[in-house]
Formats: sequence, structure tokens, C-alpha cells
Amino acid sequence: MKTIDILTLGPEILLIIYSIIAILTASFLKSNRSYNLIFQATVIIFLISALILYFTPFEIQTSVNGIFIRDTFSKFFQILILLSVSCLLFMSKHYLQKNNLFKPEYPILIIFSTLGMMIMISSNNFLLLYLGLEIQSLSLYVVSSFRRDNYKSTEAGLKYFVLGSLSSGLMLFGISLIYGSTGSINFEIISSMIKYEGFFPGIIAGLVFLICGFAFKASAVPFHMWTPDVYEGSPTPVTAFFATVPKLAAVGILLRVLFDCFGQIVESWQQVIILISVLSMFLGSVAAIGQNNIKRLMAYSSIGHIGFVLMGIASGTDKGISAVLIYMVLYIIMNIGVFVFIVNMERNGVAVTTIDSLNMYNNVSKSQTLFLTILLFSLAGIPPLAGFFGKFFIFNAAINAGLSWLAVMGGIASVIAAFYYLRIVYLMYFGVSSDPLSGKMPTAHWIILSGSALLMLIGIINLYGLEKPSFLAATSLIN
Amino acid sequence: MDYLLSLIIFFPSFGALILGIFLRGENLESNNNAKLLTLVSTIAPLIFSIFIFPNFNSNVTGFQLVEEYQWLMGLTYKVGIDGISLPLILLTTITMPIVIISSWKIEKNVKEYMICFLILETLILGVFCSLDLVLFYLFFESGLIPMFLIIGIWGGNNRVYAAFKFFLYTLLGSILMLFAVIYMWTVSGTTDITKLMFFDFNSSDFELLGFNISGGIQSILWMAFFASFAVKLPMWPFHTWLPDAHVQAPTGGSVVLAAILLKMGGYGFLRFSLPMFPDASLIFQNFIFSISVIAIIYTSLVALMQKDIKKLIAYSSVAHMGFVTLGIFSMNQQSIDGAIFQMISHGIISAALFLLVGVIYDRMHTRDIDFYGGLVSLMPKYALFFIFFTMANVGLPGTSGFVGEFLVLLGTFQVSKLVTISASLGIVLSACYGLWLSRRIIFGNVTNNRLFGITDLNRIEKLYLIPLIVLTLFLGILPYPVLEITSNSVDLLVSHLTQNLK
Repeated sequence: MKTIDILTLGPEILLIIYSIIAILTASFLKSNRSYNLIFQATVIIFLISALILYFTPFEIQTSVNGIFIRDTFSKFFQILILLSVSCLLFMSKHYLQKNNLFKPEYPILIIFSTLGMMIMISSNNFLLLYLGLEIQSLSLYVVSSFRRDNYKSTEAGLKYFVLGSLSSGLMLFGISLIYGSTGSINFEIISSMIKYEGFFPGIIAGLVFLICGFAFKASAVPFHMWTPDVYEGSPTPVTAFFATVPKLAAVGILLRVLFDCFGQIVESWQQVIILISVLSMFLGSVAAIGQNNIKRLMAYSSIGHIGFVLMGIASGTDKGISAVLIYMVLYIIMNIGVFVFIVNMERNGVAVTTIDSLNMYNNVSKSQTLFLTILLFSLAGIPPLAGFFGKFFIFNAAINAGLSWLAVMGGIASVIAAFYYLRIVYLMYFGVSSDPLSGKMPTAHWIILSGSALLMLIGIINLYGLEKPSFLAATSLIN
Repeated sequence: MDYLLSLIIFFPSFGALILGIFLRGENLESNNNAKLLTLVSTIAPLIFSIFIFPNFNSNVTGFQLVEEYQWLMGLTYKVGIDGISLPLILLTTITMPIVIISSWKIEKNVKEYMICFLILETLILGVFCSLDLVLFYLFFESGLIPMFLIIGIWGGNNRVYAAFKFFLYTLLGSILMLFAVIYMWTVSGTTDITKLMFFDFNSSDFELLGFNISGGIQSILWMAFFASFAVKLPMWPFHTWLPDAHVQAPTGGSVVLAAILLKMGGYGFLRFSLPMFPDASLIFQNFIFSISVIAIIYTSLVALMQKDIKKLIAYSSVAHMGFVTLGIFSMNQQSIDGAIFQMISHGIISAALFLLVGVIYDRMHTRDIDFYGGLVSLMPKYALFFIFFTMANVGLPGTSGFVGEFLVLLGTFQVSKLVTISASLGIVLSACYGLWLSRRIIFGNVTNNRLFGITDLNRIEKLYLIPLIVLTLFLGILPYPVLEITSNSVDLLVSHLTQNLK
């Protein structure tokens, strides 16, 4: 291994070393204090890795014989993943302590899955991609059944595992078809092969299987079945994790494969993506209406949002990619905000997840209600909140790419979706008062909630300057 | 005075910010502070908007007091006014303090109520000032959030239904406009309204699914904008959300809705549909004429049969907005002048009528027409105000209602005599429901024993009703100040239209 490789792989190496230290510490020092230390150190390590990535001097660099690539695109996604993971880990501590789940396995598993995602996004090779994906998924299967004594949590873990393995199998099958047709698993080689020698039916078949696998990971229709159950069954901080970070990774790797590897044959995958996109948008909007569990509702909401993201991908242009990147950032911020609220929903010390329990929440806590309202309106994409700009850029990209009809479908879906977000707002402000929730929230959580809500408002001014980095990331992917 | 418009637009939300951060507590004192602070934050824009006049030259065509800054993705924050938007801005800044004074009796969630109205004022002023397409859309659409909360939190019994209907109806209408906005941006490469006015969108026919689309892309874009504005205005048959929203909204909400929010639709037609899609506007002229006439006659008839006072006034609003669309799409100087005048005058008169309904609703907690009767002997001052504004609503000469309707009919007569005659029928019908309403509420004998003991207008109520009377009479007798402001911009618009029509 050369020095340049160590430089390039810096954050990953740091995470691996840290995870070993954490495992050893946890197995030899069995006290609450050391667990606490591991928790805090994990958050800090994630932040340090993000900083290292941010200050990485090079634009694009391949490593380990070209199977690993670090470019502006992967940096964008990895920094985003690291930041949101550290935030989620930070906010899950309170819940875990309360429910006797405060064990060192939790942060360690999260480190592994984060590592898997980072490798996945930086992979320039199908084998590495698959490795990263499996590291990520295996840790997540365990985390989702983290509440071992709970029937639903176990069910969630099992369901996720069985369906996840199926999708991994599909993906592997797709990879082998592509390998069989091109004789390579390297993205660049496959891309140049398609460019110079045209493409074979095998590639298309493989591509379809691949997309199916990714659609499963991103919980897009028709591979979404696991999402509501897993969201509902998992402990709430884990649900928050599922709703945000693996989605980022799945969208990231989908973009990487579709544009880096199959960027020459946009029209052959575009139709599949469009179909999945339309189905996800409509199912996400319609199915959420009947939900009474806020975690299930957020599951359908995330399905709908993935539909919008896929619309951006379907446009197949750099504008579309940068719109997707902006959308993902906003989606993550909004979801963290909403989930930090859901984590704290409880009555007499027992966690509650029914929507009805939010009736007249305004009487319990005015500030929380206001912030959650802002986040929900933003999720619905109502201007002037930042969520609107996410949708606006996606629509813009789609119309620019001549997919006006798809944009119109998205518009109709978002009007339907507005209904169920509004329903929560309506319950909180003008429902019928019933047995109220306790409304207590640790100060740190309140800061996260208010911060994400304020970010939605501040976004009107310049979208945090996201425009330029997302554009750079998009162009680095397309070239 | 470079920042005058931004100051006017954002001052109310600055007040809302202070209110939201610094005001604590739920007691009487803090509620009073909230009301006073809100009053100050709405009167300040009124004073600032008077400062527009020294800087505004009504002989100059085109936009004045323009401010422009870079924003996202090559969009700009660009605001400016011309003769069409200035009267509407003044209408907004005048109405808002009145709304706040009329809400003095609110006791539930006072702080939030006031914040909603202040933010709403910023958004409305933004709509009338913005010169960037996306900025316009942003302000136009954002108004839904505060209005949804106003209807939902402080509304009547069936408020949930009304709030949802209002929100989803308008959202669906405007999302179609969003696509048109993006398409226009893609084609022309700019979102600057001043440049888009001179951009020639393709109007050659094409075939879609075997249908010949005359007017081509322009027609499609026109329809997308129409979907949004027709719901907002509202035009028949897209008006069904309005009676529900009006009936359920608190008095302040109804006033803002009727006086200002509806005008955003008319303003949109003038600012976008006419100058940007002239050919399509001509193609759809007859369509607009027919639904306007239907609106005028049909909703007047519906108003006649209402049992709820607010619903009656809501339907009469739809009828009056029919005159506005009629005037706008007759596309000549008198008719457009008249349409703008009608918007201003309807803003003042309908605000007054809703406030008057609020007065008796506060006392008796019902809006049932049958409940009342013979108020003239119990509340003589109230009766005076009520009759005055009913007459103004009917369009009695000497009040502002007459000028607008007359100008519109005058302009329309040059385009189509049949339409004018049918629309005139609407005036007769409006006299019918207006007079019948007064006869049932104000005149006659007191039939309901529970009405005894009802008190006449108090000082605060007079305080906010008298300026409206003064305005109605002033504009009715001397319409020139408004027409002088509008005429140059309208002249430009009309000449632009005649040049562009092929």
C-alpha cells in the first residue's frame, strides 16, 4: 500500500481502527462510564472524519488499484452521511438509556454500517460496492432488532434480513450478468466498453436487476414492502437512522452506478427509473393518508420523497443530479428534525407513536408544535420553506430534460401528500384535546429540532450555499 | 429611499419576529402588548407606503422603486411597482390595521393570531411588489400557510373541512402554475417579469392527441396560470371553497380573504396572462366572458337564497369578481381601469360588510338571517352603516362600487354588447339580494325576543368603520386619484397588447 493510498483512505482507516478500539474497550471495561465514553467518542470520530474529508486537498483520486475512488461527489455524500450519523447517534442516547438499550454494541454497529456506506459510495468496482453494501446491511439487520425482548422489533429485524438478502441476491445476479457480458467489474472499463463496442442485452438485464436491488435499499415502489413494518418495529432512533442515512447511501450509489458506469446509455435505464419514480410518488402519497402510526406515516413519506429523488435521477442531466443532491440534504435535515420529535413522544414514560396522541399538542408545548409545523410544511413542499426549493429544482431539472408530464405527476402527488402532513398540523393546532403527551424534551434535542426548523426558514435566502458544491459534485460524476 | 419597498414588505414580519421571540406569557397584559405591537407593525407600513408617493411618478410608464439582488440559481430578488400594483399595495396597508383593530376582542392564542396576520401581510405585499416570476410564486403560495392556520385555529365549527378545502384547492391550482413558471424559465432563460413581458412565447398551433391546440404553447401556459388565478379569484365554477372558507374563518380572516387575497388572482391576470400570453388571452376571451357572466348571474341568484349572512356576502364577492375578469379580458383602457378600480372598491366594501357581520356575530353568536330583524330600532347607528355599505355593494352612484362597475361595463360594451347587457342584469340582481338582506335584517319589527338588549356600535367599531365609509365616498365622488395612478400603466399594457396581437 502506497502513501497516497493511506492519504486517500484516511477516514475509512480511522473508522476501522477506532471500531477495533471501541470493541476492545467495550469488552474489557464493562461499566456505564466506558459505554458513555464510547458513545461520545464515536460522535467525535464521525465529526473528525467529516472534517478530514472536507479538507482533503485533491479533487479526484483513485486508490487500491483503482477500485476505490474519492471524488467531489463521494466527498459530498460521505460528509453528509458522517454529519447526519453523528447527529442521529447523539440524539439516540437519551432514548436508549431510558429503554435499557444503552449498550456499546449500538455505536459499534453504527460505525460498521457507516463504514460500509462510505466504502459503497467510493467504490469504483462492483465487488467493492457489494462488500460495502453487505457491511452496511448486516449491521442494520442487527440494529433493527436491537430491542430483542420486543416482538415487533424482532419481526422487523427478521423481515429486513430476509427481504434484504433477497435484494442482495438480485443485485449479485445483476452484477454477474454484467460481468458476463463485459468481462469486467470496473466501472470505468465497463463504461468505455459500452462507449466503444455498444452494449449487449446482458448488460440491460443486469442493469435491471441492479436497479431492483438499489430500489430495495432506497425503499422505492415496488420494493418498498419492508419499509413500514421495519420503521414501525425498530426502536425509534433506529427508525430515524433508517429514514435518513441508508437512503443517502442508496441514492449515492445509484447515482454512481447509473452515471459513472452506465452514463452512456441513459435512455435504456431512464424508463425503469421513471416508472419506479411515479409509483413511489403516488404510493407514498396515497398510502400514508390512512396511517395512524407516525412512524409508518414517515415510512410512506420517505417512499414518496424517494420518488421525487428518482425523478431528478431520471432527468439524466447534471442539473438533475445537483437537484437530487440538494433534495437529499434538505430531506435529511427535515427528517432528523421530525424524528428528534418522534423520539421524545411519550406519555407517562411510555413511548407513544400514534398520531392521535398529538391532539392539541399546542397546549403542551408551543415551541415544539411550531417547529414541527414548519418541518411538516417543508416536507410537504409548501413555499417559502426550503423543502419547496428541493422540489422546485427537481421539477426544473425534469422539465428541462423534457419530462414535463413526469413533473406534473409529481405535482399532483405532492398535493395529495400535503394532505397527511397537514393532518398532523391540524391535530396539533385544532384537534380535540385528549390525554396529552408529556411534551418533555432534553435541551439538546430541542436545539436539534429548532435548528432544523430554522434551517428550513434560512434556506430561503441562499440554501446554505449548497448550490455550488452540489453542482461541482454533479459535474465530477458526469465527467 | 432605495429600500422603501423591502421595508414595507418586511416590516410586518419583523414585528412578527419580535412578537414571537420576546413576548412571553398568556395574561391580559401580554395579550394587550401583542395587539399594540401588531398595530404598530401594521400602521408603520401604511405610513411608509405614503412615502411612496413622493418617489412615484405616475407619468412614468414601467416599474419604479426597483430593487434587485442576486438569489439562488440565477433567480433574482427583484421588487418594484407600477400603476397597477400601487393601488393594491395601498389597499393592503390600509386594510391590515383595520383588521387588527377589529380583532381586538380575540382572546384565544392572541400572539399566534397576530403573528399569522403579520406574516400574511408581508406575503401579500410581496405578491404585489415582486418582479421575479419565482419570487412571485413564492409569495403567492406562501400565503396558504398563515391562512390555513387562521381558518383552522380561530375558525367556526366546521373549520377543519374549510381549512383543508381552502388549502388543497388552492395548492392544486397553483402547482400547475409552478410548472408553467419553470417552463417559461426554461424557454426564455429569464425569470424577470419585465423581460418576460416582451418575450414572445410561441403561439403557433400544434396537435396534441389529435386535438388542434390553437394558440399553441401560449394557450397551455395561459391555462396553467388560469388554473391558479381562477381558483384564487375565485371564478365560477372554481369558487366552491370560498363560501366555506369565509363562513368558517374568523372575522379578521374573512376580511383579509375578501379584501386582499382575492385580488391576487385579478392582479395575476393583469401582470401575467395579458402581457405575456396576448394571443392566448384573445383566444380565451369568449370563454372568460361566458364564465364571468355565468358567475355574475348565477352566484347572485345563489346569494339571494342564502340563510347565512357571511355566505351571502361571499357569493356576492364571487359575482363582483366576475366584473373584474370581465373588465380585464375586455382589454381596453376603460375596462381595465374599471377592473382595477372594482378590485379596490370591492376590497373596501366587502371588508366593511364582513366587519359589520362580525359586529352582530360577536353579540349574538349567530349569522342566521332569520334570527335577526328590526335591528334599526335597536341599533340605529349600525343600521346606518349597514345600509350604506349594502348600497355601496349594490353599486349606487356616489359610492366607489358604482365607478368600477360602470367603467367595466363601458369598456365591455365596446367589445360585446350581449355580454354587457347580461352582466348588467347582475347589477339588478345584486340590488335584489342587497335590499332583501337589509329588509330582513335591519327593517321590519323585532321578531326575536333574544335581540332585545343588543348594544349599538361601540367606539372601537366606529373607529374602524368610519375610515372605510370615508374611502368609499371619496372614491365614489372623486375616482381620479386612483385612475390617475393606474391610467399610464394600463395604457402601456393596452398598447402592448394591441402591438402583440397578430
